[in-house]
Amino acid sequence: MAEIAVEVVAVERRLWSGRASFVVAQTTEGELGIMPGHEPVLGQLVEGGIVRVTTVDGETVTAAVHGGFLSVTGEGVSVLAETADLAEEINVEEARAALTGEDEAERARAAARLRAAGQSA
Amino acid sequence: MAAQLRELRQRIRATRSIGKITKAFELIATSRIGKAQARVQASRPYADEITKVLSALASASSNLDSPFLVERENPTRVAVLVVTSDKGQCGAYNANVLRATEELLSLLRGQDKDPQVYVIGRKGLAYYQFRQRPITGRWNGFSEQPHYEHAAEVGETLVQAFMAGADEDGAGTGAEGVPGVDEVHIVYTQFKSMLTQTPMAKRIAPLEVEYAEEGEATQAGLLPSYDFEPSADALLGALLPKYINTRIFAALLESAASELASRRAAMKAASDNANELVQTLTREANQARQAQITQEISEIVGGADALAATGSDD
Repeated sequence: MAEIAVEVVAVERRLWSGRASFVVAQTTEGELGIMPGHEPVLGQLVEGGIVRVTTVDGETVTAAVHGGFLSVTGEGVSVLAETADLAEEINVEEARAALTGEDEAERARAAARLRAAGQSA
Repeated sequence: MAAQLRELRQRIRATRSIGKITKAFELIATSRIGKAQARVQASRPYADEITKVLSALASASSNLDSPFLVERENPTRVAVLVVTSDKGQCGAYNANVLRATEELLSLLRGQDKDPQVYVIGRKGLAYYQFRQRPITGRWNGFSEQPHYEHAAEVGETLVQAFMAGADEDGAGTGAEGVPGVDEVHIVYTQFKSMLTQTPMAKRIAPLEVEYAEEGEATQAGLLPSYDFEPSADALLGALLPKYINTRIFAALLESAASELASRRAAMKAASDNANELVQTLTREANQARQAQITQEISEIVGGADALAATGSDD
């Protein structure tokens, strides 16, 4: 099965890297699915978006991504983000509490975190 | 005599407790350096990727006249961001940064540019406040453990000032009353090794564009023909401010590592000095004690002799 190298990189650390068969992300122009052999693309991801990676083992890695960019090259896919959280690291209660916060950007982040964790916002 | 001995003992006790404190500072700094260095390492993948993406974008984008890439004609005002520490006890760390800043400032003034100082860290603030120099922007409280949000906050302010400088024609203020600047410089401390940290002054905006040779680029396998979502120009406009933030963040992380390394070195020297002082003082105290004992004995002997002499007279 064809596969691509995927890297999810936040400013302060590398979140996840590995080989995948499918990546889904939302750019400002719309949702984008990437399979091996995709043409090179540079895209800006929507604020509070979600990136879903299907690994070669069939597992799904979900991350909430804020202020991100996506770059697809011949070698692989890299997702750059200002801040990002992997679904399993997300504290649902904390995110829920942040939903009622003052800051609009903060609320959008919390909503994305909840969606990434599989909860309805 | 006895008074001198007591004084010496007091000094030994004081020096010993100073030594304990500096030793503790040293150990704390040592344990934090590792973490700080790890954070510098952890931020590299993002910096590498964003540089790669930017160069791909810049080579694909037809017009490179984004304000971040073009040198302004007649730059009049420039922003200088100084990264200092919040706490002292780190040797010449802050003095070095501030000296490098002064050099940069006088260089800029020599070029007929008006420097605006933005300061990070309490020590730098104190330095400029004491000298009653104007400070345009100030931040503190995160010098040892900077997070990206801090860098983003600083970056946003600087980018705003920089964009305001692009709009205006003369030397007046920009659209929203933000004094516009035409260049942004940063002075921080580069972490070379545990023993060497050097202050560095760099220009972060406008960015210097390097034109790669056509042949080299294709050889290196660069320049795949990208598709852009949204357009290349819009992407470039969104990415460049983020790139500036990344540069500031990298500078903050390096400065934090340098601060800790320099604190470790300074505190180690202080502890060593304290130990040495305790040793010399102990020797002096022993001498004083021995002298006291000798004197007491000779007094007793002298007294006994005198008694014996008076007794034999009887």
